[in-house]
Amino acid sequence: MNISIIVFPGTNREKDMGMAFSSLTGQQPNFVWHKDTDLPQSDLIVLPGGFSYGDYLRCGAMAAHSPIMKEVIHKAKSGTRVLGVCNGFQMLIETQLLPGALLRNKTLKFICKQVSLRTENTDTSFAHHLNDGDVIRVPVAHGDGNYFANEDILKSLEDHRQIAFRYCDTNGNVTGEANPNGSTQNIAGIYNKEKTILGMMPHPENATQIHQGPLEGKPLFESILNQAA
Amino acid sequence: MKVTVKVTLKNGVLDPQGKAISHALHSLGFDGVNDARQGKMIELDVAEGTTEDQVKQMCEKLLANTVIEDYQIEFAA
Repeated sequence: MNISIIVFPGTNREKDMGMAFSSLTGQQPNFVWHKDTDLPQSDLIVLPGGFSYGDYLRCGAMAAHSPIMKEVIHKAKSGTRVLGVCNGFQMLIETQLLPGALLRNKTLKFICKQVSLRTENTDTSFAHHLNDGDVIRVPVAHGDGNYFANEDILKSLEDHRQIAFRYCDTNGNVTGEANPNGSTQNIAGIYNKEKTILGMMPHPENATQIHQGPLEGKPLFESILNQAA
Repeated sequence: MKVTVKVTLKNGVLDPQGKAISHALHSLGFDGVNDARQGKMIELDVAEGTTEDQVKQMCEKLLANTVIEDYQIEFAA
């Protein structure tokens, strides 16, 4: 599988993302610089975490208009799978490949800690190695992860089973206390309608190696690589 | 030619920074403050003849995220 990880000035999680894939495949993904206008043939495009363009204007706003993104948007719209994590999720929102918005955390603090996520839809090529309702422990590290969606968007997300993960407690209960950043309905990650694009604030790539702690992000990468569903 | 663009969060969108500002004003003794909303102001120096419609496009494409933000355009007199 050809994987392209897009690197912007200020991106800092691309190596972690690369390792999450290469430790399973034995192959290094392509790292593609944002100024390139040609994207190598890719089965999966990854927008990794970091602080692209220093988070100027709005997180992800500048990256969304960089040269390579035209190509990424084009490919995404033609069905190439795209994974956006953290700042990558913010870019998917800014390019409107995914609906809603990501606001400053309700606490105004940068949050860096382990959270529990309840898997909401496993009938997708990103999560078929998990079961609906499975709880995974993965870290978050963000200042602007407060997912916002109006009633219409929420209804559409529900109707099309687009909610991928919700913040929950260790038993899988979706509670206010388990919501780290004030996200609407504890939403931590969403799909597009076709389930070919996944954007999420937490970092599953940082739960794939022994030295990182729990390996509970791994099933996502196994799902992506085994590509059924 | 100067153009000022004001970008503010839409009504109903939570503004944690505005909340913090309003709390801080209360703790300074300004009891009359009911609410605070924070936005941003962008001053553009544009070519003579730039139309409001062109600035509008700048707002829609980049300066504002219209899912959560409103914008106001003011041309300097």
